Order: sequence, then structure tokens, then C-alpha cells
Amino acid sequence: MELAKVISLDVTMIDGFILNAIMAGIFVALAAGPLGCFLVWRKMAYFGDTISHSALMGVGLGIALGTGSPWVIMVTCALVSGALLLLQRGGKFSSDTLLGILAHSALSIGLIIIALQESLRQDLMFFLIGDILAIDTGGIFDIGIMSIVALGGLFYIWKPLLSLTVHEDLARVEGVNVLKVKIIYMLLIALLVAFAMQVIGALLITSLMIIPAAAARNFSRSPLHMVFYSMILGSISVIMGIMMSSIWDLPAGPAIVLSAFILFLAGRIVPRRFRA
Amino acid sequence: MSDAPIPDDLKPLIALEKVSLSFSGRPVLSEVSFSVSRGEIVTLIGPNGAGKSTVMRIALGLQEPDKGCVRRAPGISIGYMPQKITIEDILPLSTRDFLMLRPGTTLAHVEAVMDLVRISHVGASPVQRVSGGEMQRVLMARALLGEPDLIVLDEPVQGVDIAGQEELYKLIGKIRREKNCGVLMISHDLHMVMAGTDKVVCLNRHICCSGAPENIQDHPEYHALLKGQPEGIALYTHNHDHTHDSQGNVISAHKSGQIHGTGQGHKSGCDHD
Repeated sequence: MELAKVISLDVTMIDGFILNAIMAGIFVALAAGPLGCFLVWRKMAYFGDTISHSALMGVGLGIALGTGSPWVIMVTCALVSGALLLLQRGGKFSSDTLLGILAHSALSIGLIIIALQESLRQDLMFFLIGDILAIDTGGIFDIGIMSIVALGGLFYIWKPLLSLTVHEDLARVEGVNVLKVKIIYMLLIALLVAFAMQVIGALLITSLMIIPAAAARNFSRSPLHMVFYSMILGSISVIMGIMMSSIWDLPAGPAIVLSAFILFLAGRIVPRRFRA
Repeated sequence: MSDAPIPDDLKPLIALEKVSLSFSGRPVLSEVSFSVSRGEIVTLIGPNGAGKSTVMRIALGLQEPDKGCVRRAPGISIGYMPQKITIEDILPLSTRDFLMLRPGTTLAHVEAVMDLVRISHVGASPVQRVSGGEMQRVLMARALLGEPDLIVLDEPVQGVDIAGQEELYKLIGKIRREKNCGVLMISHDLHMVMAGTDKVVCLNRHICCSGAPENIQDHPEYHALLKGQPEGIALYTHNHDHTHDSQGNVISAHKSGQIHGTGQGHKSGCDHD
């Protein structure tokens, strides 16, 4: 009885901020899955973390500049990616070391700048895990556009990016402009992270890129399959997470990530005959 | 070779001219020069660490030399077969999809090339599950897509059994004849190479000797290369009649001219304008 009451209450709430939250979350998941597939294929999961940590620096800079614009975040993320590309050229340090250095330096700079703003001290959690239930129609529109641009951009670099993911030298010899494609890919990630901040926050966005992509692997026979399934699994995670959040009053961002994790585990135990 | 203008067909597809390279002060290559022309098979041989792969990377434009230059005929298409390729299991990729990654290729072309190198039966298999010998054919197929003018092969028969090796070399020869493309390859299999190659370049950080296989077999450095090896087995111990100092320079018991200058006919140089 108790449960039925809760659920009927929930149904009446669905037309409102829950629906907004689901739409915004699905838009993020649709872009995060495909971009995340390349992160796992390229063994660059930590790159996602570095970019999202840089996003916090972007948030701090935005506050200092008196704006909450996602573009400040995106430019900051893009600059950190650029710094990574430059440092990689030296060849002295491995990528994971450089990523660790950049991620935590950017994070610390961000936290310091935020700490210097008296008024914002309590709201730090918002930037870490987002607040998907607070999204308004304008926010959904922005995130929808971001999602379309990110998917369009990925479609544009799909084949060369896949080729250099498989073998960078081979791609280069065959005429792929490796640097250009890598820069476009990094910018797309920066775009996604910047606009996903208010949905799922800096700490959790990487998981929405990585987990649905990894969960999709078992069912996929081609790169395109995996991208497609990652979008579906990401969207299901969003819906599950927001439902869990509204029923049990959980923080929505972590509930979405937990849902993705449950789907990942479920994918690991499906019988072999259902796998690709 | 001559001072007369050379028609485009006879100009080398690619020419390395006095290419030198060192990695953090350690010389890897010094003054390496050779060229590959249309319809010609050039094979790089040399012991481990001789810089064969580095020469190949420079020829492909993947590595910039410190000194010297690389001339490529304008607008040529290069097919490259890397030594080996590791594709993560997390990437679901069939052999056919792998071949389709070559820019500008079509499914019909991919099917035709898979048929040519006889890997049609693994077209739908995950590329990670293909056997070693089949993988070499897959990589060769990738190099052949896109109608290359120059094919660069890094140890093309590695991991292939003897019968398969002979077949692959025959295939390389056949493609060269049919497409009139140039071939540059690294090989360890000296005897197989000798039969099918137009020019052999013996490399040990510098070019020890180079020329047609029949000429090079008379070359003292070639003998040095094979000294003490039973006939028919081409193991590499590079027993020199000269040694290298820590800088990679030749310290010769002979006047270096006797070694490096003899056999002018088969020594490769910047033979174009």
C-alpha cells in the first residue's frame, strides 16, 4: 500500500521537472555514449576525468568573471586538452602521468578560485554532481543543441578517428590528419562536459561516458553497434536513475551512475547466446 | 646516374638522401641514401637494431630526420603494412570493417583484395581472432587498398610458415608486375628475399652495401653478414670486418673506401636530379 501511494504520487509528478530532467539527461547520454566509446577504445578513460576536472577550473574562472556560461568551461577544458597535446610531444612522460598532473592541477586551481568566492562555498556539491532536477526548458534546449552538435561532429570525424584509434601510424600514412581529428575529438568532449555540468556534474560525467560504452561491448559486433547500444543503455540509466531519485529521494546524478553500473553488471552476466 | 632529364616514369617514387638521425645524442642512422622506383622491389636487410624500422618510418614520413632529405614523387599513394598491430578486445571490429578503414575504399574493392590475398573466409570474424599468418595477409590487404604507387612492408612474412612465406613473396612479386608499383620492404628471410628482389640494401646504421642481389652476393660486407652461417639458413650475426665506435662511426681495419666505395654499380646514391 505504502509503495503504491509513492508510485501514484510519482506519476502525478512526471509531467513537470521530472520530465525535464529525463529529457536533459537523455540528451547528455546520447552524446556521452558515442564519445565515451572512443575513450574506452583508445584506453583514454582518464582523459575524460582530466577534462571534467578542468571543467571545475572553468567553473571557478566563470564565477571570477561573473558569468555562469558553459563556454568559459568549454574554453578552459579545450586549453587543458591543448596543454596535454603539447606536453605529449616532449615524450618524456607517459600520457597517464601527464593526465594525472593536469587533472589534479586544474582541479586544485578550480577549487581555490571557487573558495575565494565567499558566496559560493556551500554550492560546491552542485558542480561536482550536478542538479538535473533543476533544469528548465531553456537548459534542455541548450543541452539538446549541444548533443546534436557533438553527435554531428563525431559523425564528421568518425572514420578517421576510428582509423587512428586502431593504428595511428597506419592512419597517418593513409592520409589522415591525425592532429586535426584528435583536436576535434577533444573539443567535442570539452563541449559535452561543459554543457553536462549542471546535469550530472564534473565528478560523474566521465562515468556516463565510460560505463554505458563498456556495458554495450557484450552486445556489439561492430563499432557502430557499440555506439548505438551505448546511447540506449545511457538513456535507460538516466530514466532509471531519475526514477530511483524521485522514489527514494536520492541525489539524481549518483543514482544515474549507479543505474549505469547495474546495467553494466547485468550485461556481464547475460547468457552467452544473447551476446554478439 | 645521368645528367639528362629523367622522364617521370623513371624518377624514383621515393628517395632518401643522406638521411641521418640520432635519438638523444645516440646516432641511429648516418647518411643513408637509397631510392625506390616504379616496378622495383627494394629490400632492407640488417641485424637487429640496425635502424631498418627507423629508415622505414622516415620513408613514410612518420619520423623527421635530423639531416638529409626525403623526396617523394608528388601525389603518390602509399600502402603501408606495419609489423604488427594490437587491437584492443574492447573494440568490436571485423576484418572487413578493419579494411574498410582505408580512406576512399569501397566494399567491392575490399572484397576483391580479400579474395586476392585469400582471406575472404575471415571477413566477418573479429580482427582480434584472426591467426598470425592470416593477420599478415589482412595487413597486406590493407596496404593494397587504394591502388598504392608504393607499398611499404615491415617484415611481411613474420609469423608465417615457410610455405606461406613463399606464397606471400610470390604475391608481392605478382602485385608489383600487375600494378607496376614500387615495393620497399624489411625482411629477415635472406634467401627468399634474394630471389624476388631487385635491390638489396644492407643496413647497419649506415648502408654497408647495396645493389642487385647477384652483385651483392659477391660483396665482402654481404659475406661478412653471413659469415659462419650454414648455407640456406639466414641468421643474423653481423660479423663486420670493421667495427663501430660509440658514435656509430666506422672504425675500419681497411680504408673505408675499400669497403664502402667498392661495387659502385650497386651502391645506391642520389641518382636523380
